Amino acid sequence: MKQVTDRPKVLLDVPMHYCPGCTHGVAHRLVAEAIDELGIRGRTIGVASVGCSVFMYNYFDLDFQQAAHGRAPAVATGIKRVLPDRIVFTYQGDGDLAAIGTAEIVHAANRGENITVIFINNAVYGMTGGQMAPTTLLGMRTTTTPYGRDARQAGYPIRIVELLNALQGPAYLARVALAGPANIHRAKKAIRRAIQTQVEGRGFSLVEVLSTCPVTWGMPPVEAVRWLEEHMLPEFPLGEFRTPEAREAVLVPLGGGGKG
Amino acid sequence: MKGNEAIAEAALRAGVQAYFGYPITPQSELPEYMARELPGRGGVFLQAESEVAAINMVYGAGGAGARVMTSTSSPGVSLMQEGLSYLVGAEVPCVIVNMVRGGPGLGNIGPAQSDYFQATRSAGHGDGRLIVLAPSTIQEAADLTILAFDLAERYRNPVMILGDGILGQMMEPVSFPPPQRRERDLSWATTGAGDGPRRLINSIYLDPDELEQHNLRLLEKYRRAQQEEVRWEAYRMEDAALAVAAYGLAARVARSAVDRARAKGLAAGLLRPVTLFPFPTAAFRQAAERVRAFLVVEMSAGQMVEDVRLAVEGRVPVFFYGRLGGVVPTPPEVLRQIEQVAGEVAR
Repeated sequence: MKQVTDRPKVLLDVPMHYCPGCTHGVAHRLVAEAIDELGIRGRTIGVASVGCSVFMYNYFDLDFQQAAHGRAPAVATGIKRVLPDRIVFTYQGDGDLAAIGTAEIVHAANRGENITVIFINNAVYGMTGGQMAPTTLLGMRTTTTPYGRDARQAGYPIRIVELLNALQGPAYLARVALAGPANIHRAKKAIRRAIQTQVEGRGFSLVEVLSTCPVTWGMPPVEAVRWLEEHMLPEFPLGEFRTPEAREAVLVPLGGGGKG
Repeated sequence: MKGNEAIAEAALRAGVQAYFGYPITPQSELPEYMARELPGRGGVFLQAESEVAAINMVYGAGGAGARVMTSTSSPGVSLMQEGLSYLVGAEVPCVIVNMVRGGPGLGNIGPAQSDYFQATRSAGHGDGRLIVLAPSTIQEAADLTILAFDLAERYRNPVMILGDGILGQMMEPVSFPPPQRRERDLSWATTGAGDGPRRLINSIYLDPDELEQHNLRLLEKYRRAQQEEVRWEAYRMEDAALAVAAYGLAARVARSAVDRARAKGLAAGLLRPVTLFPFPTAAFRQAAERVRAFLVVEMSAGQMVEDVRLAVEGRVPVFFYGRLGGVVPTPPEVLRQIEQVAGEVAR
């Protein structure tokens, strides 16, 4: 029999701590495959954030820094500025990036910081036990919205990709979903393209990855994927929102435009 | 040269590779100097979106092995507390300059020493500490800046230069050593070189026993610093009956007052801590065997006085005189306090 796939080299052969049905493992694998395929394992530095993926450095054969809650884009900025030939990526959840870390992500994106951000959106705070996230859907029950999220009291789900798409800095912005093989395949391509954007020195890249959290959602994994498709896709449309080519066609290139 | 600029130039001579900061009075000349000079001298200057971001950029760059610094003033240090805690926990070397201004809250931009507690008691949450250096002249500010980078790397711990608004703003002649290249051990840094076992900059230890061991190791570093790095200045202390204790700008005022007291026949001296953490506890304890009283002079409601009392352990009385809110005491004012204390202990 012919072997058609294997563990990505950059992914260590250790058990992961994630809950059954959690999509972090899938997202990790896609990042690892992209790193392997681009041949950048020997010059990549990861930045882990606060949330369930806080221990992701245990799974990757890479140098890693662990950042304070929400600060990963600032930490990545510090690394990238002093080591510009390294590939630097952050991996952040929705509480980390879209609530406590909004200032850091907006300004890293606006500076066109040449880093890559993998943004996991599962509409809930997973590690702390299922509280409302900025991306929680209206009407969705969480431990801090026990009667369902009410916009009058708690505002609306934040669409981060659309928000960042208002800025001139980003080079690549995409939203993908870990729901079904076709979507996962597209997610892989987007993550690879985001890192490729950085390798080419074209500026800030971010991929929002719609993910499931079956345990805090209170449903079996298969049902969670169905729920993602039925409820999250209408709220968070998929696609490439910004590409380096489109950006460079209409905007001043990075570093240009000043009168000196 | 202005104090803020002298610190910036000293940092450049010390080989600083990156500066991240956010504007705040009274230290903005420092980032301005860096913005002008650092890129041309092979380094990175970046104005962050906040002090919160700035200290985390310092964490990233420091963790990646760069000589890195930031500077700010009191309210900015409050915002950096979170980052300082992570820097200490992950043992990332860096230098932070705090040109203290009057508080609490927005306070004012006058010179103050009201951040002594914030600087010496704890680096944010947890049991971590900063090494804290307190210059009282521009020359000393430059010298201590160079020392700060070396200490930061020797102990893999953040080092704070604790100045005040006036030290940053006033001008004095200053000379700098030529730039030096230092051998640096970066075997711990996340350089992404892929040339050995993977490296980690991290402060999470879920197992309490492991975290206790980590904390004990940090404590051991502070103990070593206490033995090897304590610095202070004794002025006219040989035959002093009354020791004035002050640091930074307040020590300059106190020095004038000591001279005036001596001219009046009062045997006063000055004990000036240069390292605030580790504190020169032994020097104070020894002085307490000889003097009849201490007078602590601060531009605060009384913060360093606690360390003096802890060192003196009740052997002799410790008096306190402080001005607050950005007010600087004058030499005649301090002289009156010396006379009063001398009168009281004579009774």
